[in-house]
Amino acid sequence: MQAYYGYADGSGDYFIVIDTDKCNSCGECVSACPSHLFATATDDYGKLVALVPEGLTKKIGYLCPGLERCSKQVKSPCQSVCREQAIRLTW
Amino acid sequence: MIVAGVDIGSRGSKTVIMQDGRMLSYSICETGPESAKSAYLTMNEALKGTVLSLTDIEYVVGTGYGRVLIPFANENISEISCHAKGANWFLPSVRTILDMGGQDCKAINVDEKGRVTRFIMNDKCAGGTGRFLEVMADVLQVPLQEIGPMALQSRENIPFNTICAVFAKSEALSLLKKGTHESDILAGLYSAIATRCHNLLKRISIDSEFTITGGIAKNTGMVKTLEDKLGMKALLAEDPQIAGAVGAALFAAERLAAKQKQGVAS
Repeated sequence: MQAYYGYADGSGDYFIVIDTDKCNSCGECVSACPSHLFATATDDYGKLVALVPEGLTKKIGYLCPGLERCSKQVKSPCQSVCREQAIRLTW
Repeated sequence: MIVAGVDIGSRGSKTVIMQDGRMLSYSICETGPESAKSAYLTMNEALKGTVLSLTDIEYVVGTGYGRVLIPFANENISEISCHAKGANWFLPSVRTILDMGGQDCKAINVDEKGRVTRFIMNDKCAGGTGRFLEVMADVLQVPLQEIGPMALQSRENIPFNTICAVFAKSEALSLLKKGTHESDILAGLYSAIATRCHNLLKRISIDSEFTITGGIAKNTGMVKTLEDKLGMKALLAEDPQIAGAVGAALFAAERLAAKQKQGVAS
């Protein structure tokens, strides 16, 4: 499943996309994100996966500094640590 | 095996009671300020259509905005998975679902088994959702049931700059004062909402068949506007508003079967 967490508003698109088929729930993204945007939990089909907790999805644009400011590299920390390449940001 | 699905939405509360994959009864009520009360209300309404009482129901799955506050639910499951499962039960050929609820809008891709393959949700702002249409019906002083068919009579295309409830309300009011017909104002609003929904759908993939669930799917004018925008005909369930509750009841049946199997094994 491609899970889009976030929102789009006048200022842009702020979605963290997690591919739960690729995710192996290693939890690296949970500790890598400086804004603590990730958690692991069992989804509705019984698979343990990474996700963005409900209360945080509406604040992604403020909490996640995005690719440019979170890291000097091409990838943000969450993407860099994900060995399965299951995380994508839309902005 | 008797199970139930209870969907406490932001505006409507729905209960579906099922026995062995067959729907026995369902109800739709307005959600009040207390989710627990609304849950009892909709459950009791649904029970009225049967000879059952709450104790006869072996497993209850709650879903929707108020799902954590249903006192008699055995478990709660997100409305995204429930809508996908429910829409798949009504219309197995559907691969794209647009759920237009009271306060949010979701686009979901679903596989042949009713599992979500992709989803995106917009719940940051309630502009262009069910509540928004209620407010607009109130501004135009048209009964909610009539705002759907009324827009179909529109003759003039009025572009709306916004679907922000606050701004659209004043825009609609000033148009009304200028003598613009209600049907044209509604058609303009639907067109703005359809554009926003189309943008949401574009992020997932728009595969046929396509359906709309949630209360707004009962608004014929809105459905027609969306169909024109997407260039696709929407298949509609018998009652699109209960898709989430049906999905929850189906999850309840699955969970109960798994538990019974486990009980036999141990």
